[in-house]
Amino acid sequence: MAKIITVTSGKGGVGKTTTTAAIGAALARTGDKVVVVDFDVGLRNLDLIMGAERRVVYDFVNVIQGDARLPQALIKDKRLDSLFLLPASQTRDKDALTEEGVDRVIDMLSQHFDWVICDSPAGIERGATLAMRHAEIAIVVTNPEVSSVRDSDRIVGILDSKTLKAERGETVDKRLLLTRYDHARAARGDMLKTEDVLDILSLPLLGIVPESPDVLRASNMGVPVSIHDPDSAPARAYRDAALRLKGENIAMEIPRQRGGLFSKLLRRAA
Amino acid sequence: MNAVSQTGPSIRFRGRSFTAMTLVADVPLQAWLADFDIWLQRSPGFFNGRTVVLDLADSAQTKADVERWIGELAKRGIRLIGLEGVRPSMVDAGMPLLLRGGRDTSLAITDVAVPPAEPRKPVEPVNMLVERRVRSGQSVVCLEGDVTIIGSVGAGSEIIAGGSIHVYGTLAGRAIAGATFGASAQIFCTRLEAELLAVDGIYRTAEDIDNALRGKAVRVSTADETLQITAL
Repeated sequence: MAKIITVTSGKGGVGKTTTTAAIGAALARTGDKVVVVDFDVGLRNLDLIMGAERRVVYDFVNVIQGDARLPQALIKDKRLDSLFLLPASQTRDKDALTEEGVDRVIDMLSQHFDWVICDSPAGIERGATLAMRHAEIAIVVTNPEVSSVRDSDRIVGILDSKTLKAERGETVDKRLLLTRYDHARAARGDMLKTEDVLDILSLPLLGIVPESPDVLRASNMGVPVSIHDPDSAPARAYRDAALRLKGENIAMEIPRQRGGLFSKLLRRAA
Repeated sequence: MNAVSQTGPSIRFRGRSFTAMTLVADVPLQAWLADFDIWLQRSPGFFNGRTVVLDLADSAQTKADVERWIGELAKRGIRLIGLEGVRPSMVDAGMPLLLRGGRDTSLAITDVAVPPAEPRKPVEPVNMLVERRVRSGQSVVCLEGDVTIIGSVGAGSEIIAGGSIHVYGTLAGRAIAGATFGASAQIFCTRLEAELLAVDGIYRTAEDIDNALRGKAVRVSTADETLQITAL
């Protein structure tokens, strides 16, 4: 049976989809069978970030409505044999997802994969609650700024009340992933510090992903950032986070401003 | 018997419905025929090739009446395929069949004396015209006929047509043609960037579309169960 992870945040634009693709690819790289599921019906993006948008025929809604079988809708990643995508529909709205339909699909997926990673839409409406319904682990993606932290706090409350685990009287394993972290700005006080965020949300830290042009570059090329340039700082952060999900004990790397002026001018040999 | 059932030609029966025009006769016979003749003069050939049923519910009391009506219409070149509103005893084997259970359709012409100006006007084909850009997430569906888009079709949108699809702009979304009329449908666009093209259920995703055709004006059709994409 698969471990079911939901990547959620409340606020939009903090990096849920990037995180879903990056963690999914990093886990698949260790040889585990991984499926990433786009719950953002009507505003799908995960297929773009995964570079699979040119191969979508059937989607999540087609499977739920019985127009396609699950294997027809799953798209195999071109780079990693054990990574699959279940794309969302762009032309339906989120009401096309039903509780029974989601239950059925997640149940089928969890029989065939080691990890099912659900990419939640922003907000706290139906799409978001359906995406977190089956979660055993929730990755709460947060930017170090006040509004994102407040929305994450709200999402944590919902995770504790509206999931199947909550209904059974259990708790979802919630982990904080701090993204778009800029050490220099945090040091200047323009951004919340890691300790402040941890203090407000009081969740165990899964990782800190630094703000980096590598993320945008990877997104534009349709490659999960964790496998685009494996030596880049965000790729390392995501890879470590994936290993922590697998239970490995990896020391937390706090991104720092690297070197002085010269290392900035001569950043990389090409 | 065995030989017949095993190797003989198979005989097939099919239920089918056709639309017939019902002519409602009225008494007195001569007055009605006079009106009818005027009408026929204005619309010569109206009954050519049409299936006509004569409704005699109010106009025939005896078999002789029925014969007279059939004879008068035959003189005017109108062949009947059936009769309505008469008792079985008034019909014999040489007459058109007695029909029951007909239902009205929109073909009805109630006032015989004032015919429509163009009775043989063909049915207008259905074409949904969309004069704006189709944006991501939007869906244009016309199962009864063709869809014509004046503008671009964005990535993440879809066009579904019973017949053909015409896009005067960039087609970057999904185009699914022939949903009702099958393989006779085609897709035309002035600039191809489509995510998916389908005609009569045969599809190709962006990945499998020849890169040389990207950005070109193309026509998409099916032949032998394969999708043909050709530059215009």
